[in-house]
Amino acid sequence: MSSVSTRRIVIKALLLFVAVNAVFALTDPLPTIGSLSGYNVVFPGRPRLPYSDFPDRAYNLSLYTLNALFASHEIAAGPKPAGEYRVLLIGDSSVWGFLLRPQDTLAARINAMRPTLADGRIVRAYNLGYPIMSVTKDLLLLQQAMRYQPDLIVWLVTLESLPAGRQLLHPIVQNNAAAVRALIADYGLPLDPADARLLTPSLMERTLIGQRRNLADVIRLQMYGVLWAATGIDQDYPDYEPAAIDLEADDSFHDLKPPALRAEDLALDVLRAGHQLAGNIPILIVNEPILISNGQNSDIRYNFFYPRWAYDQYRIIMAGAAQRQGWRYLDLWDLVPLTEFTNSAVHLTPRGSALLAERIAQHIAAGD
Amino acid sequence: MSLTQIVIFVAGALLFGTLAALAARDSTGRLNALARQMRPWLMLSASVVALYWLQSSTPIRHLDFWLPTATLGLTGLMWAATRTPRPATASRHSDQAAVAAAFDRRTTLLTALVIVGIIALIAATRYVDALCCLTPSRPPDIGAVAIALLICAGLCVTVGRLAGQSTTGGAWLDAALVIALLGLFVALKTEPLTTGVSAILRTLTGQSVSQAAALDVRWLGFSYIAFRLIHVLRDHANGRLPALSLREFVTYVAFFPTLAAGPIDRAERFVKDLRGWDAGASAASARVEDVAEGLRRILIGMFKKFAVADTLALIALNPVNAGQVQAMPWAWVLLYAYAFRLYFDFSGYTDIAIGVGRLFGARLPENFDRPYLRPNLTLFWNSWHMTLANWFRAYWFNPLTRRLRTARRASLNPAAIIFIGQSSTMLLIGLWHGVTWNFALWGAWHALGLFVHNRWTAFVRSRGWGAPASNWRGRALNALNIVLTFHFVALGWVWFVLPDVGQALTLFARLFGG
Repeated sequence: MSSVSTRRIVIKALLLFVAVNAVFALTDPLPTIGSLSGYNVVFPGRPRLPYSDFPDRAYNLSLYTLNALFASHEIAAGPKPAGEYRVLLIGDSSVWGFLLRPQDTLAARINAMRPTLADGRIVRAYNLGYPIMSVTKDLLLLQQAMRYQPDLIVWLVTLESLPAGRQLLHPIVQNNAAAVRALIADYGLPLDPADARLLTPSLMERTLIGQRRNLADVIRLQMYGVLWAATGIDQDYPDYEPAAIDLEADDSFHDLKPPALRAEDLALDVLRAGHQLAGNIPILIVNEPILISNGQNSDIRYNFFYPRWAYDQYRIIMAGAAQRQGWRYLDLWDLVPLTEFTNSAVHLTPRGSALLAERIAQHIAAGD
Repeated sequence: MSLTQIVIFVAGALLFGTLAALAARDSTGRLNALARQMRPWLMLSASVVALYWLQSSTPIRHLDFWLPTATLGLTGLMWAATRTPRPATASRHSDQAAVAAAFDRRTTLLTALVIVGIIALIAATRYVDALCCLTPSRPPDIGAVAIALLICAGLCVTVGRLAGQSTTGGAWLDAALVIALLGLFVALKTEPLTTGVSAILRTLTGQSVSQAAALDVRWLGFSYIAFRLIHVLRDHANGRLPALSLREFVTYVAFFPTLAAGPIDRAERFVKDLRGWDAGASAASARVEDVAEGLRRILIGMFKKFAVADTLALIALNPVNAGQVQAMPWAWVLLYAYAFRLYFDFSGYTDIAIGVGRLFGARLPENFDRPYLRPNLTLFWNSWHMTLANWFRAYWFNPLTRRLRTARRASLNPAAIIFIGQSSTMLLIGLWHGVTWNFALWGAWHALGLFVHNRWTAFVRSRGWGAPASNWRGRALNALNIVLTFHFVALGWVWFVLPDVGQALTLFARLFGG
């Protein structure tokens, strides 16, 4: 090989490298790449959105490319079947089913009951929960999910997912800054589009090299499809510490102190935006069950998350807002007994999940 | 080796390769001479440093320093034992300059000083926080290092004297050292024994013995280093080993690209590359070719290892997912993923090693030659981990079958000789990976396959059926043979990857619909 040809090869390689990176940065093909999926084709779609901090044990991983998330879900399997009443369940880890097998999640339990509407349509619930407590994250996912022709959206919320100051704390929100900014602008959300927590990638960060981690995650999600199909496992199930019953004598809720929780402290505008986004599709807002402790200091706190004063006021605020806005609202805060929670004040056991599913299914079937 | 370590080695080698290529064009010849002079020292120094840098951390205090030091000590010991050529050597190897170099006290002393100097510098990083540490943990006290080096030097001198005393004494010494190396090898490859070694080391360092575990003693590249050392001892005993200087010997045994995953080169081939690097007027173009080819192999190797193998690793069969897989087709997918992951991982490392070697002008032997495209098991073993298979062929299979054929009292038929030879060879290749039942069964699986293939070939020949035709029927038959051979090998990996025999049997049942 002559030195001239070596030089040419090096120059061509460098030019190609720069060109590929520049094209990647300018076209941002990651969402398109993310929507190319072997799920629902080569391997079965996942019954819940991909999420895990332990990919090698859960055969699942957390990633930020929304198209990839939805493309791996069973909801993307194809057109909505005739006779299906499609219900989307959105919410936090309790909806997603933390520590629950796929067959024990809220959606799976509802489907197992095969609720049927008066017009003969069979209810089919889809688990679009995601283990992060933020209604802004829920809105982000709902926007993506609207393309799947829902007939009803069941939005499970809790006080912890509503503090206005905590809406942008989570990586999936921060790494989808453009979509979040669009939501802020479209629905007039009281969030700062210039908030530094919303990550705006630089030109370098948008190149192939800069996006290598996100690209690798998309590929890894596809690879884990094999193990999902082979094993039916999509979550790590470690031994866990049961949720605390004996509590600290602390009446604070984040940086809030008694006596008053104000409506402005909560991101109720995001719930309002969800209704606007859904348009004619009805939304049922459910205040999800929480652990009600009977242990030490349970006169001060309901559980690790909530002091009594804050949670009680939250329930009043929610009920008032629902009434004023005309939202369908179901407060199931005390539905599940203390013994049916696992490692947190909102994570349910299979039996707890079945209890909740039964009540929600009744409401869906009744068309309340 | 991590990606960072590989990149640093590649960058260093590339820098050297490029400078050497430029030096070869120097019309005065001074730079070229300098490059020639520096190259062996660079290769030696990089190899010594790499021994420490690549050594993984261990929970036993300072062991990540002592293991590389032990590698160098053992290497020095073996050099001292093999330094005096056996009588046949002189007649076979006529490189008088090399023989002279092997006995040149000045060069030997300088080499020893360079090695000791590097060790001392690495040990001294203990005292400079800004530089600490090349080793995964802080090196031991410099006094302890000095004592260890003195012991090593004393042992080397003693062994050198013993080896030089008489030719019969030399043969005895070679055999004793081979046995000692094998003993050490077995101790490090047998879990209960390795745990025992860990317990002893923990006692010496005042650490909790109850925490002793086999994984405590992870000796970088020992499997390869031990086999290179046994090779030189056996070749020395047989009079086939060329005279090697201490510098050449250490560089051969611990050449840094080959530390983690081979290949197992032969000393006489390696020193030819060391000595014959600059071949006159063609040096410049040869060096440019070395750089280009080395880079090509490195890039291929990195793609194989980091893009293909590491991706396949996500879904490859392992002891955990083997127990979780629910359906037959997916069990096959996991098995295929493992088979290809293993190949791309191992051959990727080999490509990187060959590429880095090439940048230094060393043409390391190939280890893989499209093994999964071989139409029978014998050809598979001629193209999979070739240097290990060749090692066992040279030092076990051939001597054993020769002995069985020529034994006076035995009247074994050829089939029995082949069976004994292949079974024991494959069993040993299995146990080379670890003294456990699953590796033994993997070896037995291949032994059985090789024997059946051998007998089938003999049967076909006896019928005069000959080789497959070159028409479409012949090609189809060849393709079928490739598929069958691949599946036999892939099923063999079940034994290899699953440490529990019961679990392996369960997976076999799952693979066949159970």
